[in-house]
Amino acid sequence: MNLITPDFGLFFWMTISFLILVFILKRFAWKPILNMLQKREKSIDEAIRAAEIARQDMEKLKFNNEQLMRQAKAERDEILKEARNIRESIIDEAKIKANEEANRIIQSAKESIHYEKMAAMTELKNQLATLSIEIAEQILKEELKNSEKHNKMIKQMLEKVTFN
Amino acid sequence: MNYTKKYLAPVLGFFFSLIALLTSYSPVFAVENSDTETEKFNAGEMIMEHIGDAYEWHIFTIGDKHISIPLPVILINNGKLDVFLSSKFNHGQSSYKGYKIETQGEKKGKIVKVKEDGITTDENAGKIWNLSITKNVFAIFISITLLCVMLISVANIYQKQGIKAPRGFQSIIEIIILFVRDDIAIPAIGKEKYQKFLPYLLTLFFFIFFTNLLGLIPFFPGGANVTGNISVTMALALFTFLITNFNGNKHYWKDIFNAPGIPIFLKIPPIMPIVELAGMITKPFVLMIRLFANITAGHIVILGFVALIFILGGDNPTVGYAVSGGSIIFMIFMTLLELLVAFIQAYVFTLLSALYFGMAIEEEKPEHKQIIENKTNIEFSPENTGNIIN
Repeated sequence: MNLITPDFGLFFWMTISFLILVFILKRFAWKPILNMLQKREKSIDEAIRAAEIARQDMEKLKFNNEQLMRQAKAERDEILKEARNIRESIIDEAKIKANEEANRIIQSAKESIHYEKMAAMTELKNQLATLSIEIAEQILKEELKNSEKHNKMIKQMLEKVTFN
Repeated sequence: MNYTKKYLAPVLGFFFSLIALLTSYSPVFAVENSDTETEKFNAGEMIMEHIGDAYEWHIFTIGDKHISIPLPVILINNGKLDVFLSSKFNHGQSSYKGYKIETQGEKKGKIVKVKEDGITTDENAGKIWNLSITKNVFAIFISITLLCVMLISVANIYQKQGIKAPRGFQSIIEIIILFVRDDIAIPAIGKEKYQKFLPYLLTLFFFIFFTNLLGLIPFFPGGANVTGNISVTMALALFTFLITNFNGNKHYWKDIFNAPGIPIFLKIPPIMPIVELAGMITKPFVLMIRLFANITAGHIVILGFVALIFILGGDNPTVGYAVSGGSIIFMIFMTLLELLVAFIQAYVFTLLSALYFGMAIEEEKPEHKQIIENKTNIEFSPENTGNIIN
């Protein structure tokens, strides 16, 4: 029976001691510990959130970079392509121009050759004419030295004319 | 260094159980040595002596000499205060200032008035208010002092460390604190209002758990059966009862005096109000009995195994030696089980207190109530296992 009969003295001391324990621990132990735990949890939460945001930012940045890179590449390709086109067109143009020039030069050369030829021919003709005249003069001079021959020839000529 | 810290808890647990085993002997030997000469070994008496309260703290006995710490006796008799050390009673064998420790009858072990001759009990004496610092009171003081030192030093570490990760002893305490907060207080009371009750629940848990563990150490400063004493558990249950009812809101009181869903003729006193009132009182009453019975039962079983050796060895020492092996194995098992029970009982007491607080402050929400009730049913299971074990 003794075992299950509450004892006043023990109950009294237990009540007082436990009350004191609750108040001491509440003031000096639980308050700082729980505050610190809450603070830590909050900071961990914040850190996780910040990390998440940073990760998202990174991803965005990476995406942007990639896009920028892609754009730059495309632009470079574009520029290269354009340059190649320009180069080709320049070369083509140059070729055409060169051809034209060459043709022109050839043409003018041909023309000048032609002129020169003509001039040379004319001169040759002239010289030939003078030379012929001179030769004819000399031959005439030689031929007409004796009048017999001369008369004969006139006669022959006249005969021919008469026959006609 | 880290290695030692990491394995400190299990090693300590093993150490305690080993010590429990070894030293359970010494007081018993003492009992036997001093008693065999005069009378036969009485197991029941020995066990009751060990789980009961005392006016002195018996440490050990050498031959016939008892070594004990005398504790102050404080008596209020007819408005007169008497304070003296219990050693004045000479281990209960003499009277002092007209008081003695009763040796027989209903009041055995209590302090009573004696007649002029200093031997016979004065049956007509008035009531004595006994506020003595008994063994259990002293053990409570020790337990509370150790708890304060331990937890305040941890709190200081927290303030010094800031929000850094816990280390060493701090992390053991933190696990328990987080357990009480996240697995007991928040689910039972709710996220909005748990903070008000948390200091009480934490103190309750740490006090019961720590005192249970101290009770498993069989020598000074442990060994007192504090949480297995009904006055102690009554005080704890009373706190829970008072906090529950002081925090009860309109809905809580309405459920008690005007429970919904009950026919009107039952609501007329005396039937339902009495049932509800009984229910209100039963809750803390069950808390009181459960903790007391679990802890006391565990101690009785361990002491029973010790007693077995001396009962069987009383007639023939060889049998006693033969039995001791088996007894020791069972005692190790029981002590390990008691370590588990120490935790489970602290958990159950705290959890049920939290659930009662949760019911008291719960707002009127039918579907919410259902959830709480379901939860109660589930979470009752550890306590049931605890009872089955014991």
